[in-house]
Amino acid sequence: MSYVFDFPAVFEHTDALLAGTGRTLALTAIGAVAGIALGIVGAVCRAWRLAPFDRLFAVYVELIRNTPFLVQLFFIFFGLPAIGVQMNEWQAAILAVIINLGAYSTEIIRAGIEATPKGQIEAAQSLALNRLQTFRHVVLPPALLKVWPALCSQVVIVMLGTSVCSQIAAEELTFAANFIQSRNFRAFETYFIVTAIYFLLAIGIRQLMMQIGRRLIARRP
Amino acid sequence: MQKRTFLKAVFATALFSAGFSGLAHADVLANVQKAGVLRVAVPQDFPPFGTVGPDLKPRGYDIDVANLIGRELGVKVELIPVSSTNRIPYLTTGKADLVISSLGKNPDREKVIDFSIAYAPFFNGVFGPADSTVKGAADTAGKTLGVTRGSVEDLEFTKIAPPTVNIKRYEDNNATISAYLSGQVQLIATGNVVAAAVNERTKIRRLDTKFLIKNSPCYVGVNKGEAALLAKVNEVIAKLKKSGDLNQVSQRWLQAPLPADL
Repeated sequence: MSYVFDFPAVFEHTDALLAGTGRTLALTAIGAVAGIALGIVGAVCRAWRLAPFDRLFAVYVELIRNTPFLVQLFFIFFGLPAIGVQMNEWQAAILAVIINLGAYSTEIIRAGIEATPKGQIEAAQSLALNRLQTFRHVVLPPALLKVWPALCSQVVIVMLGTSVCSQIAAEELTFAANFIQSRNFRAFETYFIVTAIYFLLAIGIRQLMMQIGRRLIARRP
Repeated sequence: MQKRTFLKAVFATALFSAGFSGLAHADVLANVQKAGVLRVAVPQDFPPFGTVGPDLKPRGYDIDVANLIGRELGVKVELIPVSSTNRIPYLTTGKADLVISSLGKNPDREKVIDFSIAYAPFFNGVFGPADSTVKGAADTAGKTLGVTRGSVEDLEFTKIAPPTVNIKRYEDNNATISAYLSGQVQLIATGNVVAAAVNERTKIRRLDTKFLIKNSPCYVGVNKGEAALLAKVNEVIAKLKKSGDLNQVSQRWLQAPLPADL
């Protein structure tokens, strides 16, 4: 092996790497908040069988969970303009991430809601809490708490999945990596560094989300 | 001692083959006209310049040009399918009289063979809709331009791009073209052959040449020392350009008129 490593060739493009990391994080953050919110709505509709939304969400969940993310993204970006829905690469990427995470989190959160014992809901009703109050105080927090680790994993998977948004020229971290590699031809060095960045991002997001779960949902200091 | 013999042998072989090839090359034009057959090396794996048609016969821009030159010379054309690596050897070893095989000119090749005047456009450029008024790199300021990441056109355009042009770099030609066809970018930088293939297959959004980034037109290759043949080929190409025959070939295979400056 006579390959001479040249990491400084990658660090010449630190700006691009930082910008890409920032955009990947922003995309993940927007996608996670909106996707989980969509998931909560979907989970309630499905768990409490609110017609006709339960059926609609069932179709949506099956459609998204049984098709590749890349194809969903291409459909939004390249396909929808044919029927007059034009979105730039970031709008398309954000929409695709929200739709994708929304479907998965619908199923994850539904599992949590359905695991709430009926007795608790009856107890809430006997305390004269209305439906919304019951949901807000009795059903949702324990449901989220039960499935929070699964939800964290799903958000990390989505963050790693945003790498395919480079395919529609959204200049996130993988785009930065591909761009740098196409200029300096240092594939090992470039992808090594980007792999490390993704790894750290994933660990960081998991830690952050566990903290959020502890503080906001379980209300532990 | 042994070394000297070896050198002598090499020298003798070189002399012999030089003399031999000199014989073989003696006025190809006269030989062609005498035999009534022009042997032309053409591509068969490089659309739209040369492919194999449904009837298993070669077809394409280069084949049409070969037939036109044959017509002008009043001889039959014998097509010899070649690949991009062996097209020049076919000529230099006398297996073909002309190479019409989307051949570009460079100093290394010019040492080995002679080139006619250009007969086909081959370039990287910026393409866009007919109503776009872009005429040069400076006009792309403020526009979105799609390009395939790491391609020659990406590297060359990046050098001349104004700071405000929004370059979208896609993974492959297909994504670049899809981005243009779906209206995600206003212009794309690509090759004229790619643009021709797109224009042939879809009418969604036409690709018209806006300006050239890197030009490398195609020339007919002729063996060195064949001044008479070269002059005749140049004369024929000039005539075909003037008569509009070559323009028809360009319209047929590249879906675009022959550039005026070719």
